[in-house]
Amino acid sequence: MGALRAGRRPDLREGREDVGEPGAPGPSPARLDLPAMSSEPVVQARGLVKRYGTKTAVDGLGLEVAAGTVTAVLGPNGAGKTTTVEMCEGYRRPDGGTVRVLGLDPVADAAALRPRIGVMLQSGGVYSGARADEMLRHMAKLHAHPLDVGALVERLGLGSCGRTTYRRLSGGQQQRLALAMAVVGRPELVFLDEPTAGLDPQARRSTWDLIRELRADGVSVVLTTHFMDEAEELADDVAVIDAGRVVAQGSPEQLRRGGAENTLRFTGRPGLDLASLLKALPDGSEAAELTTGAYRITGRIDPELLATVTSWCAQHGVMPDGIAVERHTLEDVFLELTGKELRA
Amino acid sequence: MSAGTYTPRPGAAPLPRMIAAQAALETRMLLRNGEQLLLTVVIPTLLLVLFSSVDIIDTGAGEPVGFLTPGVLALAVMSTAFTGQAIATGFERRYGVLKRLGASPLPRWGLMAAKTLAVLVTEVLQIVLLTVIAFALGWSPEGNAFAVLLLLLLGTMAFSGLGLLMAGTLKAEATLAAANLVFLLLLVGGGVIVPLDRFPDAAQSVLGLLPISALSGGLRDVLQHGAPMPWGDAAVLAVWSLLGLGAAGRFFRWE
Repeated sequence: MGALRAGRRPDLREGREDVGEPGAPGPSPARLDLPAMSSEPVVQARGLVKRYGTKTAVDGLGLEVAAGTVTAVLGPNGAGKTTTVEMCEGYRRPDGGTVRVLGLDPVADAAALRPRIGVMLQSGGVYSGARADEMLRHMAKLHAHPLDVGALVERLGLGSCGRTTYRRLSGGQQQRLALAMAVVGRPELVFLDEPTAGLDPQARRSTWDLIRELRADGVSVVLTTHFMDEAEELADDVAVIDAGRVVAQGSPEQLRRGGAENTLRFTGRPGLDLASLLKALPDGSEAAELTTGAYRITGRIDPELLATVTSWCAQHGVMPDGIAVERHTLEDVFLELTGKELRA
Repeated sequence: MSAGTYTPRPGAAPLPRMIAAQAALETRMLLRNGEQLLLTVVIPTLLLVLFSSVDIIDTGAGEPVGFLTPGVLALAVMSTAFTGQAIATGFERRYGVLKRLGASPLPRWGLMAAKTLAVLVTEVLQIVLLTVIAFALGWSPEGNAFAVLLLLLLGTMAFSGLGLLMAGTLKAEATLAAANLVFLLLLVGGGVIVPLDRFPDAAQSVLGLLPISALSGGLRDVLQHGAPMPWGDAAVLAVWSLLGLGAAGRFFRWE
């Protein structure tokens, strides 16, 4: 029994989908309470290239980050995430392409840019003999209008570090201190390189909460991660990176819908007219009778599609039994996108 | 923390405040580090006290403390500006401290200025301590203070340049080993506690061109013998400063 296919499946790799597409659910509700976003992206990278010797770490990468959003740069180790972020931070000069951060060139305009961004490195960045609150107080002194250090120390659970110096802090405490150092200067934009790597689940939740608070207060956040759930939980926008390129970008919802197939299964009378059903379904859907009377529809499975299927069944006097929807996680999307790349 | 806590309000602190804060932090880090204190305080103090009171080395005519104090002051400058700064900066580079500060509003030259201030503050503390001990041992210095100050400053520049060159180009562990080795070699061969004239003539002419020999010899000329400004030693230190700081500026890697 063959599968039928309606129209051409949109290829997510070509670029991101339009958020305002009719019929598609709007942006995630959390975005709605934000003040009107400026149209100017806070990060704009085009055709970025970075080579280390003969190895090309970043290979024609394009990335846009809208103001006031949380953007996750998702990819496996060695995909080029850190190199990309470090070009945005002004640490590395691109070998090709352009990058603008808050409208500035991160290398040439470093002096103007640095006070406006917050940076969390993947590791280190603190004097081994400094205490957590001491280092944080120091970072605060380098800024004109810093946060209240005492409150930030409490907020991130660093109060218990006491007089312990950095080298004797736990990995989680070191991570949280680095995060605090990134936000203490009240930046417009923060870059967080793997902010929850090595954290226990509770500390991870607490870091996520802080990132959500930042966004709610209008701070733009760019974070790298190789945790799917982190991107899914936090990000308004996800850029999936593999081998130095963006292989997909969109909201987690868009990626789930578009990147990998979602599935609707039901059973009914054998030999339904699937061509007729497909006519009622949006482009990109596929329908198949797997075994006698067992049907599978793949594509963008949303409430509208479900309604369309059930009403088509009603019109054709079919009782769909055992309707089941399988929605893919970002993890599936990621495997599909990068797995193909890696096998190529 | 309530809503609006994180509302962006970016801005750099005024530059003098940033440099002062950085210098204060760097000084605290120096003084808190046990190994550093051993090098900068304990060893010079022990050498001064031990060799002044026990007749181990023939320091020539006059009281041993008159010979030893200028050498130990030179050693103090070397221990802080060269050995201590090289090791600390090497590990700051290794652990991403320099990198992280590079993304802060503090400009890189501001960081280097703060490091220099921290070195100077530490040296002042060392010199006060060693001078007090030397007076207690019966030291009676000669010469003019301006010449001493100029020599100390030139010595600090020469040793800072070499220390930063090492820290900014070698691995942290290599810096740690090399800086300690150089400290030891220069302690012995730089006229600090062993008069240079104990070495063969050929060796003397080479050793005399070392920054430590120029500093200890120059300080000794002024403080022990009441000589006017020793321009030859000052010139040697100035050349080392130019070479060291120039090479450090050219080759220093922040990561």
